Amino acid sequence: MQQQVETEHRKYLSSLKRENRRVLAVQLSILVSFFSFWELAARKHWVDPLLFSMPSRIWDLLITRIGDGSIFTHASVTLFETLLGFMLGTGIGTLLAAVLWWSRFISKVLDPYLVVLNSMPKVALGPILIVGLGPGFTSIIAMGALISVVITTMVVFTAFREVDHNYLKVMNTFGATKHQTFKYVIFPATLPTIISTLKVNVGLAWVGVIVGEFLVSKKGLGYLIIYGFQVFNFTLVLMSLLIIAILATVMYKIVEILEKQMLKRF
Amino acid sequence: MSTLQLHDVSMAYLTKRDAMLALESISLTVEDGEFISILGPSGCGKTTLLSIIAGLLSPTSGHVTIGNKESKHAKANIGYMLQQDYLFPWRSIEDNITLGQKIRGTFSQTTKIEALKWLEQLGLADKKDLYPNQLSGGMRQRVALVRMLATNPTLMLLDEPFSALDYQTKLKLEDLVFQTLKSENKTAILVTHDIGEAIAMSDRVVLLSPRPGHIHRIFELPSEIATSLPFEARQHVHYNDQFQIIWKEMESLATTS
Repeated sequence: MQQQVETEHRKYLSSLKRENRRVLAVQLSILVSFFSFWELAARKHWVDPLLFSMPSRIWDLLITRIGDGSIFTHASVTLFETLLGFMLGTGIGTLLAAVLWWSRFISKVLDPYLVVLNSMPKVALGPILIVGLGPGFTSIIAMGALISVVITTMVVFTAFREVDHNYLKVMNTFGATKHQTFKYVIFPATLPTIISTLKVNVGLAWVGVIVGEFLVSKKGLGYLIIYGFQVFNFTLVLMSLLIIAILATVMYKIVEILEKQMLKRF
Repeated sequence: MSTLQLHDVSMAYLTKRDAMLALESISLTVEDGEFISILGPSGCGKTTLLSIIAGLLSPTSGHVTIGNKESKHAKANIGYMLQQDYLFPWRSIEDNITLGQKIRGTFSQTTKIEALKWLEQLGLADKKDLYPNQLSGGMRQRVALVRMLATNPTLMLLDEPFSALDYQTKLKLEDLVFQTLKSENKTAILVTHDIGEAIAMSDRVVLLSPRPGHIHRIFELPSEIATSLPFEARQHVHYNDQFQIIWKEMESLATTS
């Protein structure tokens, strides 16, 4: 009987593996056929290669840009701005949420303002930021942060308030101060929510930074896109887009790994 | 010296729509080392009463004294056990049981060792580095008991601490809690809606009437039942008589209200 169970288990494992392999195979073939079809379509002039470029041209451009090192400058500028904007947005948002949690009065007073700020498209504030903070990377980082700060505040504050009241009761029976309650219960209990806002904020920070670079910059992937558009070099535009896609995915994956590491206990 | 005194305690809940009287002139004296149960149908304000005793709520009128002090100023002497363990999942068992000490500022190497001794006494010494989600429900409730004992309270408040456990675990834990509290001569107040549990564990049973809760009757249990372990008390020849008496009294409450 035991033998039979073991063989069944092995069969089950190998069927799981087979399924995973099938999924991966289809995923890869979608990727490959997308790029091959694109290449083919551009070469046969089914689509205008001036507008849609072609993978081989993008590849050549990438190699040249890597050769002269210029792509690293642009990518690192954008990456730096995004990381900083993302961390500032999450950090300040969480801090604001803590203030709102601290004082019921402040949270009630600020409620309508938060709703207005949240519904407002933050990128529309771009020109104001540039005027206020100067046409440099400060305003771009501010844009990256601003776009996620209000939604982080709202989500994290709601999570703070929804911590199980019985946990708070335990703290109260020990005579805990508000500060202790926050440190020992509220913050650790909502860590999963804070981390999941990180995931959303990664995406938002990219939006803010790229729009910021569109508006004002001499460096960065957003700058390359808008420059390529202006000189009608769509190979450059598409190459920048691909780099952004790769970097954004890597960042998201890193946050996901971080999440798994930190939430083992929940 | 009596540990706990309630003087004419009343409590009203205020909401936007109305004000509801939850408790009405409750006066009660609990002696040092005594174990009493507060029994009553759901919604009679049992938990409210416990919260008032713990100093978590201020009564609308009347006052509570523990020793000679108002309960609000004597928080350090009270341990509170809830229906579920409410251990903090992100802290190890050791960190959970020393949390009360840390909050009260009494944490030291000595008090930590005391806490770990309690853990050992309840048979969980080898679990100290695990996390709550690695323990069974009964074990977790035992850890919650240790967390409470680790602050060395003189008064223990038990808010239906066995209600979320399966029957077998519940019986075992009743014995364990009873033994532990008796050996330390702790005063305890147990809130429950389980007549059998109230009889098995306590010296006196206070029956509350529903809405607004006031003391309907106090049952003094025969000492043979009061002093024996809960599991043995349940086998006692007089256990059923006591059960019948309290049952009938509760029934009469249900029909008159």
